[in-house]
Amino acid sequence: MSDASNIDIDYVANLARLQLTPEEKQRFAGQLGDILEHFEKLKSIDVSNEEPMAHPFPVFNVLGADEASPTLSPEQALVNAPKQRDQQLVVPKVVDDA
Amino acid sequence: MSEDLYYKTATELRRLLENRTISAVELVQSAIARTKATDDKVRAYLDTNEDEAIELARASDERRANGKILGPLDGIPVSIKDLIVEKGKLARCSSRILENFVSPYDATAIVNLRNSGAIPWGRVNMDEFAMGSSTETSYFQKTANPWDLERIPGGSSGGSAACVAAGQTVLSLGSDTGGSIRQPAALCGVVGMKPTYGTVSRYGLIAFASSLDQIGPFSRCVEDSAMLLDAISGYDPLDSTSYSGDIPNCAQAIPEKKGPWKLGIPKEYFPDNLDPEIRTAVEAAVDNYRARGCEIIEVELPHTELAIPVYYIIATAEASSNLSRYDGIRYTHRSEESTDALDIYFKSRGEGFGEEVKRRICLGSFVLSSGYYDAYYLRAQKVRNLIRKDFQNAFKQVDALLTPTSPTPAFKFGERTEDPLTMYLSDIFTINVNLAGFPALSLPCGLTSGNLPIGLQVIGQPLKEDDLFAIAHSYEQANDYWKLRPTL
Repeated sequence: MSDASNIDIDYVANLARLQLTPEEKQRFAGQLGDILEHFEKLKSIDVSNEEPMAHPFPVFNVLGADEASPTLSPEQALVNAPKQRDQQLVVPKVVDDA
Repeated sequence: MSEDLYYKTATELRRLLENRTISAVELVQSAIARTKATDDKVRAYLDTNEDEAIELARASDERRANGKILGPLDGIPVSIKDLIVEKGKLARCSSRILENFVSPYDATAIVNLRNSGAIPWGRVNMDEFAMGSSTETSYFQKTANPWDLERIPGGSSGGSAACVAAGQTVLSLGSDTGGSIRQPAALCGVVGMKPTYGTVSRYGLIAFASSLDQIGPFSRCVEDSAMLLDAISGYDPLDSTSYSGDIPNCAQAIPEKKGPWKLGIPKEYFPDNLDPEIRTAVEAAVDNYRARGCEIIEVELPHTELAIPVYYIIATAEASSNLSRYDGIRYTHRSEESTDALDIYFKSRGEGFGEEVKRRICLGSFVLSSGYYDAYYLRAQKVRNLIRKDFQNAFKQVDALLTPTSPTPAFKFGERTEDPLTMYLSDIFTINVNLAGFPALSLPCGLTSGNLPIGLQVIGQPLKEDDLFAIAHSYEQANDYWKLRPTL
């Protein structure tokens, strides 16, 4: 495990698409450093023969029948949209003008 | 109508409804009145639905008059933690980012609840996105512990525990990712139960950590929780991790199973720094089982201490992934300040999430990031396997484990908010169970000298909830701690 103090809070916040205030960055860097230091405990045991466990019980792919069934109407699906027009979400332009 | 109706159990109320001593409308009205009289102090409720609840109660009374009740919970009010969605109602997860979110559909647990005749009564407070152990991270309000209004009710299902303890509802639905049902139940002196992973559908449960989350019941006695679990559990094709095999009928099994049982005491759950009053109360509970003929066996769960790092790596990793859906584009708070698409993500999430949620998203993103994945996330998954094996080995000898639910009683507001690691460490007795996927419940086993409730945790075997409830119920029958009520 790497040195716990080297958590780069700007890099992590960018990965998470999360805007943090300068105060939050400073506070989190210290707190996460402490937390990661506590995580060092995990180094204390040998896990080379252990399988990773992603779920409490074996989980297999579950497939539904390929049948049409009732679903939300566009109006219902958009009921919480922050901005909408003509049954579509309004978002800022994401492509440049040619 | 009798004023003490609001502190009766569902088991008692069921009889009163059956012999027409009370009506469901009277019962719901008493819950509404009690909530109005006490919630300025307790602050458990985020939203109430008086008109709908009374209408549903009227329909329940009509069914009963026609001899067509839907089950033992018909007419019983149940409050809902703010992260289990109900069609047409706000489901805010106690977060600003979902401040105006109205669910267009019902969670499967809600559908099942309604099909049992039970009446959804209000939406109750929680830690934001269920991240916390004190309900202090809610964006909206701080819920108080009904036993001491200057103290926290526990969390994250603090609203559920507090409203049951305060008599504002008979039952409540909460969720438990790392102890979020059992710890607040212990701190508020009520029963709270986390079922085996996969027993209750997670469809419509706003996700925190998908491999750990389970919906479960809160009540004032063990039998009530068994009835509520029976009502909401079962296979659901809408949840790909739903368990498709047989699950026990818990309420029916309670009177049939009388023990004596073999009960394990994991020494790792009685560390030197355990609160002395909690140690005394839990040891007295163990003695009580012994006196009733149970065999008490000391067992080892050697990887217990590693559960804190394992849990906080896995839970935050899953959370950072699950919470990426709150992007300000489709159905959540969108920042007014943002200029382009990327800016919407950053600012909406920065404005919409509270501090603890942001901290956990950062931690989860870090442990999953390139160069750290193997050292943290993959290693944690391997240690998780060891933790499960600990439980599997212990259960070769015993039917259940007895432990304290929380290392301390309810603490004061603000006491731990400055130091997240201390808050995380307080989850040590509950998180192992989620990592292993086992069922467990907390029930009252005493009061401290300061009049604060103490919880006994009973950990059972997967898919043997019937045994778990029976073991807990036998203690309840032999002791009166569950009858204690706070003065409000």
